[in-house]
Amino acid sequence: MEVIASMLRVATPLLFAALGGMVSERAGVVNIALEGMMLIGAFAGAAVAYTTQSPWLGAGAAMLAGVFIAAFYGLIVIQLRANQIIGGTAINMLAAGLTPFLSKIFFDVTGNTPSLPMEARFQYAPMIAAWVLVIGAWFWLKYTPSGTWVRFAGEKPEALESAGVRVNRVRWISVLISGCLAGLGGASLSIFLASSFSRNMTAGRGFMALAALIFGRWMPIPTAIACLLFGFADAAQIRLQGVVLWGAEPVPVQFIQILPYLATILVLAGFVGQSRAPKSLGLPFKKG
Amino acid sequence: MNFNKNVGLLLGGLLWSAVQLSAPLAHAEFKVALVLDKGGRDDKSFNSAAYNGATQAKDEFKLLLKYVEAGDDNAYEALLRSFAQKNFDLIISIGVAQAEAVKKAAEKFPQKHFAIVDATVDLPNVRSLLFEEHEGSYLVGAAAALVSKSNIIGYIGGMDIPLIRRFEMGYAAGAKKINPKIKVISNFIGVTSDSWNNPAKAKELALTQFNGGADVVFAAAGASNAGLMDAAEETRKYAIGVDSNQNWIKPGRVLTSMLKRVDTAVYAACKDAFNNKFTGGVVRFGLQNKGVDYAVDQHNEKLLTPEIRKKLDQLKIEIISRKIKVPDYYTKK
Repeated sequence: MEVIASMLRVATPLLFAALGGMVSERAGVVNIALEGMMLIGAFAGAAVAYTTQSPWLGAGAAMLAGVFIAAFYGLIVIQLRANQIIGGTAINMLAAGLTPFLSKIFFDVTGNTPSLPMEARFQYAPMIAAWVLVIGAWFWLKYTPSGTWVRFAGEKPEALESAGVRVNRVRWISVLISGCLAGLGGASLSIFLASSFSRNMTAGRGFMALAALIFGRWMPIPTAIACLLFGFADAAQIRLQGVVLWGAEPVPVQFIQILPYLATILVLAGFVGQSRAPKSLGLPFKKG
Repeated sequence: MNFNKNVGLLLGGLLWSAVQLSAPLAHAEFKVALVLDKGGRDDKSFNSAAYNGATQAKDEFKLLLKYVEAGDDNAYEALLRSFAQKNFDLIISIGVAQAEAVKKAAEKFPQKHFAIVDATVDLPNVRSLLFEEHEGSYLVGAAAALVSKSNIIGYIGGMDIPLIRRFEMGYAAGAKKINPKIKVISNFIGVTSDSWNNPAKAKELALTQFNGGADVVFAAAGASNAGLMDAAEETRKYAIGVDSNQNWIKPGRVLTSMLKRVDTAVYAACKDAFNNKFTGGVVRFGLQNKGVDYAVDQHNEKLLTPEIRKKLDQLKIEIISRKIKVPDYYTKK
């Protein structure tokens, strides 16, 4: 029981970020900038939640900050058609440098924010919100016209354009939504799982979310299950530490801690089968 | 054309003399550099202690103090070299991860003074500041056992390195001294230096230990310690802080803190260097010279009752007089 609660908690930031990544990638824009967007969101969330003592305002600020940085990303890769991998890497580096800089300006501390009292952080709201969003995203992509546009923007942008829908507009909005969700993912880290921002606190979770997305074949429900699997591996890993499996010596921590990643590789390689990306993923669209 | 050349020469000359003039001025000030590790200046723990010690020296001796936080483990050597080249008189490295970098820089700049916390660098111009973490951990382990009602206590280490195992070993030994049947659950956050900065993971580990029956948990994990404090607050159980006095972070929920006086060690190094009395070699800080200790202040005096404190002080005396031998992970006995 305790493992399940732990799994759900740990999976929450991954869920938000993976959903964000999904919206952007289904529309045809690679988003390895998730990590950076999360980091900015984590900072904005913690900073505003501390200043206003309200986790909700913090979450709102994190969404705004995510949208803001996503707009910058969109400018580079949609408007200026830069390489999306390089653009995304640039955003990640920018976020890693910008957050300690801002914390120094606002709070005169290097790389973290003052810690939040219990009233100013979430107890379980983000966990519920994440699952509502998973169901929402599934319904949206499958049954609504705008969801269909997003899918076409990533699969056959030419067809969408000839149907009279502006592809780049769809991509723009998708990238902004992506930033908004990734920002929320960051906030769920800094004002739900932890109680302050600290430097590089995402610690690779943006990339874990990306892996979950690929593992989930760019579909909401399988992606969510992949996030849960990562969460479970992490929770199980905690419990396996120091357990004596054979002999007198416990299994080394180093070995236990590679288990989540080992599981990922095995699952990706063996059980999922071919994972097919949206056809026009990573290709900038230029009206012919 | 000729005129231009003359102006150029004149300007060049002025610039040159300006450089000449400013050089002696810079020498007049005593310059200290502090190279912090990934936890950063405001980790409220290890690095904060170092920074406070250096700041105290700065205020007292009017030093010029510069600090940097290394973004990654490969940056240390470049930072140390650049400080040495800029004629800093004393360069202090915080953390075991810098040992190799200090060795290289100190060999390259034998005229400069270096100090390093938590590692031994065997060079005449390096002072190695070592702490007997196991002794202090032994005391807080005893405190945990004296307070625990469930007879289960926890330990959370940051990065899995011998130094952090040393805390663990002392802590468990102290607890077992009070209650031989006590169970110590132990977890590590990770195996990379990111572990010092992962409060979310620390909180998850702490919640697991608290829900597994532990009622006191000690963490030696730099900035990640914040996660333990949150978990203790939410589950209404007890945390033990590390390095700096962390009792104030969650008053009433922090049983005590294992003080590691990096601040006094850094202050003393600055003071000696300033007074031209800097010496290389190993300087050890243990219970004996108050280099490690347990913290009592207004935030935890209700938790640590006089009986508990009396017991701890008695153990302290026995350790100092070698009546109790605290097991040391470094020597494995």
